[in-house]
Amino acid sequence: MALLRISSPHAQRAGHRTSWVMQMVILATVPGILVQTWLFGFGTLINVVIACLTALASEALILLIRKRSVAFFLKDYSALLTAVLLGVALPPVVPWWVTVTAVGFAIIFAKQLYGGLGNNPFNPAMVGYAIVLVSFPVPMSQWLGHTSLTTSGETLSFLQSLQAIFHHLPSIDGYTMATPLDGFKHKDLLDSDAAFNTIPALQAASVNAWLWINLAYLIGGLGLLWLRIITWHTPVAFLSGLLLMSGVFYVIDPSLFASPVFHLATGAAMFGAFFIATDPVSSCTSNRGKLIYGLGIGILIYIIRTWGGYPDGVAFGVLLMNFAAPLIDYYTQPRSYGHSKAKKGLKFGEDK
Amino acid sequence: MTMKMSAQTAVADDVQDPSSQSTDSAEAKPTANYAEIIYNGIWKNNPALVQLLGLCPMLAVTSTVVNALGLGLATLVVLVGSNIAVSIIRNYVSEAVRLPAFVMIIASFTTSIELIMQAYTYELYQILGIFIPLIVTNCAILGRADAFASRNPILPSAIDGLMMGLGFMVILVALGAMRELIGQGTLFSDMHLLFGDMALHWKLTVFQNYPNVLFAILPPGAFIGLGLLIAGKNYFDEKEKKRIAAAKAEAGPAESKRVRVTGQAG
Repeated sequence: MALLRISSPHAQRAGHRTSWVMQMVILATVPGILVQTWLFGFGTLINVVIACLTALASEALILLIRKRSVAFFLKDYSALLTAVLLGVALPPVVPWWVTVTAVGFAIIFAKQLYGGLGNNPFNPAMVGYAIVLVSFPVPMSQWLGHTSLTTSGETLSFLQSLQAIFHHLPSIDGYTMATPLDGFKHKDLLDSDAAFNTIPALQAASVNAWLWINLAYLIGGLGLLWLRIITWHTPVAFLSGLLLMSGVFYVIDPSLFASPVFHLATGAAMFGAFFIATDPVSSCTSNRGKLIYGLGIGILIYIIRTWGGYPDGVAFGVLLMNFAAPLIDYYTQPRSYGHSKAKKGLKFGEDK
Repeated sequence: MTMKMSAQTAVADDVQDPSSQSTDSAEAKPTANYAEIIYNGIWKNNPALVQLLGLCPMLAVTSTVVNALGLGLATLVVLVGSNIAVSIIRNYVSEAVRLPAFVMIIASFTTSIELIMQAYTYELYQILGIFIPLIVTNCAILGRADAFASRNPILPSAIDGLMMGLGFMVILVALGAMRELIGQGTLFSDMHLLFGDMALHWKLTVFQNYPNVLFAILPPGAFIGLGLLIAGKNYFDEKEKKRIAAAKAEAGPAESKRVRVTGQAG
């Protein structure tokens, strides 16, 4: 099948340079990073630094092998953006080699082997995340808990975070706990009310911590909307897909399924909606396409969260819809101005 | 050089398009070029890297060296056996029923191998499971039977089967080693399943305290590993091509000096 050739979708942002767009997206993650640091200690910041160094090194290495201009491509900040997104997505005390594997894989395999920025069919950050999530399930499930709920009762200091990341920290179990999504997934036979009363990960403090993180990313995402770097279609469709699915099942059986608010305010909902799904290269390009694409991700996330094997499904939902994005674009070509009928797909034998 | 190239292309065409087999199936090549058969099987037309045949077992069972070697050996034996048998009957089976006949032959050999493995390497037989009977459906075997053995005498057919099987096995083992090394940090673990008690201590622990990389053991890791192997082969081929072109250019153009020959390097 001949796919539509839409040239450099990442470079068509109101006449701005790619590097400006990438810098703005990185800046928009700052509120989220600050809240994560406030709640979970310096681990996130250290992760981001490790990720950035790995990203620059692996990008430069591959560019050298491919005999491309290293400085030119490093200065477009796209590798750094991938690194920052991965750095905040990984748990704050994940060992350093997990971060390095994720970022190296994202840059080398998911981005450069396909031809670099603009040619990658999959979101590099999510490919890296999915690889380490599949490969190292134990460190990837070690999220820190809210201080009032963990046995140690305090956040990790900067030194402790460093120690946890680069060296084994024996007391780490006093700081970690399941995320609310993980807790809800493993409530087993409890009904929702009992689960929210008894499981530590579902206590108000824990759920509120994740609410704060999601609000911070929502603010950053609204900033991106205001700068017109992203359009409203993908995030709105993404969140409505999640809202729709969780709403329907919550109405059917509130004792078994979590409320829509819980689904929108935990995990990577806002981060995924505004920062991951809106990646211009691997998502759909037409506005109608973006609506379908976002809706698909939202529905998939709910399915994976509720019936899948992993507590959160943003990475897998995004990757699955990345597969579908070219096909969706194919059938949602916009009507060109002055033409009466939108062209929907191509017929067999039609020359394009 | 040109002669050799055209001969190779002819063989390649035969392999890629078995349906093109025409009425001259009985025609045997006057002298079999064994060097070329060996080169084709191991490198130029490698079933795993170039023809990409038998992908299913290749991706499914190559999580360790011993699994890869077990299936590689089984495929090798079936390939040699079926090539010899097909070559023997090549002048007596009519065009219309040749494919069913080939499949029957391959299935018989596969069943024998399956029974042998069940008798002597029972644990490996259980690990490989469905992929031993599935050797019947390995396109590499039917492809060789139809494209080579059905139109060549016995000895060249046997050599061809051996070389194609070796080519397949080498890649299988390379992929198995890659995945075992990245996935578990070891090499040659559990080799006693295939070689008995003498192989109990063959296991090499390359990395101590290695966190298992599950991704490399799962099928997606096999796809990426195979992709890297193919890329490596293409890289060497490209380098070799350039080297030959450079050597040719050094020898000097045979044509008149006045003529500018731009496309010569290719």
